Amino acid sequence: MCLGIPGRVVAITDAERRLGLVEIAGTRREVSLACVVEPDRAPETCVGAWVLVHVGFALARIGEEEARATLAVLEELGEVQEELAAMRASGS
Amino acid sequence: MKFVDEFRDPERARRLVAAIEGLVADIPTCRERPLSIMEVCGGHTHAIFKFGIEGMLPEEIELVHGPGCPVCVLPMGRVDDCVALAETPGVIFTTFGDAMRVPGSRKSLLQAKAEGADVRMVYSPLDALAIARRHPDREVVFFGLGFETTMPATALTILQAEREGIRNFSVFCNHITIIPTIKAILDSPDMQLDGFLGPGHVSAVIGTRPYRFIPEVYGRPVVIAGFEPLDILHALWRVLVQIREGRPRVENQYHRVVREEGNRAALAAIERVFELREFFEWRGLGSIDHSGVRIRDAYARFDAERRFSIPALKIADPRSCQCGEVLKGVLKPWQCKVFGTACTPETPLGALMVSSEGACAAWYQYGDLDRVMEARA
Repeated sequence: MCLGIPGRVVAITDAERRLGLVEIAGTRREVSLACVVEPDRAPETCVGAWVLVHVGFALARIGEEEARATLAVLEELGEVQEELAAMRASGS
Repeated sequence: MKFVDEFRDPERARRLVAAIEGLVADIPTCRERPLSIMEVCGGHTHAIFKFGIEGMLPEEIELVHGPGCPVCVLPMGRVDDCVALAETPGVIFTTFGDAMRVPGSRKSLLQAKAEGADVRMVYSPLDALAIARRHPDREVVFFGLGFETTMPATALTILQAEREGIRNFSVFCNHITIIPTIKAILDSPDMQLDGFLGPGHVSAVIGTRPYRFIPEVYGRPVVIAGFEPLDILHALWRVLVQIREGRPRVENQYHRVVREEGNRAALAAIERVFELREFFEWRGLGSIDHSGVRIRDAYARFDAERRFSIPALKIADPRSCQCGEVLKGVLKPWQCKVFGTACTPETPLGALMVSSEGACAAWYQYGDLDRVMEARA
């Protein structure tokens, strides 16, 4: 639950609600960008950014290289799988 | 690959461990009593066990696993409250998966679901809100759980529900806050801690300043750490440097995510929706002043405590469980009387055995179980 996983913002799906599509280990999921959109900037400025995702919310921006590294390590260790499974099963 | 190799690089880990050993040799007091360093974040606990970090360290360093797993610190009565809510006619009870198997005094949420209650696992509070949109004829309750990492998510979901005028969504708020918890640990007479690994993701929200009281008032070092093995070793090394220098302060090892001021948008959402409770009851730690938050009056219609009648009974933990001692780091998980026998991840008695962030579950999965069981036989 408290495990943050890195992903990359690939598109904005709802600018008003500040929702975007984040790609996490090949899975895409709609995530709130409300905490990482800079004040007075459009949500579109987040596209391409690497973010740390917690329970459906991007909580921090991370450097791209750092994100790749963290993700690769986590993926290898199966950690991401648990979060992805929760993501896929959500609401069922 | 760049960075991956560096994060995994055993040579770097060896060098860090050697540097740690060198520092330990320079701190004479630790030969009389090992240095106790506590990680307060469940994510760190999990990583420490998974990567076998304790095994890499010299015996003069003892890692103490703090109460950083929000599911693990839920008192049993709180689980009963969830079950009561879930069994209320018309309610869809939504929760993070971690909370499903935590035993209540009568049953867990999973058992309630098996008996017909509409309990649904969600990944995000936004998913719970989506369920409320799809089922306007039902009452959807979200079990709000966690420290400052998940608190902004719940707050922003409530604000979204308000904007959309959704009337059938509420939160059973059990969010907890880290600073009073650390303070309670430092004030606890049976605790002798020499330093802290600061929680990485909580700090992404609250920043580094709120920890200043730890060096300033209690004279203990804090290093905010990331979650990779090298992050943790690096942070430990920095704690030891501070101990050797006798100059405790707050340091941030997790620069790639944590900024000094934290996340302003997240903090603003928390501030708008939540206020501190006078006190909050924890499993194993008792009542801690100002350690929990509740929903402000302005958002009362999203507060499950006000919309439903909740039993809120105090239920004592099973007598055989020693969760409290383990949570405070007084006992190692495997020193608990029921560890691995009556209490296992398949049939947990205590919450520490349920969540993968719990010290007992992590120890059960990654620790040297055979040796413990043999020693007991």
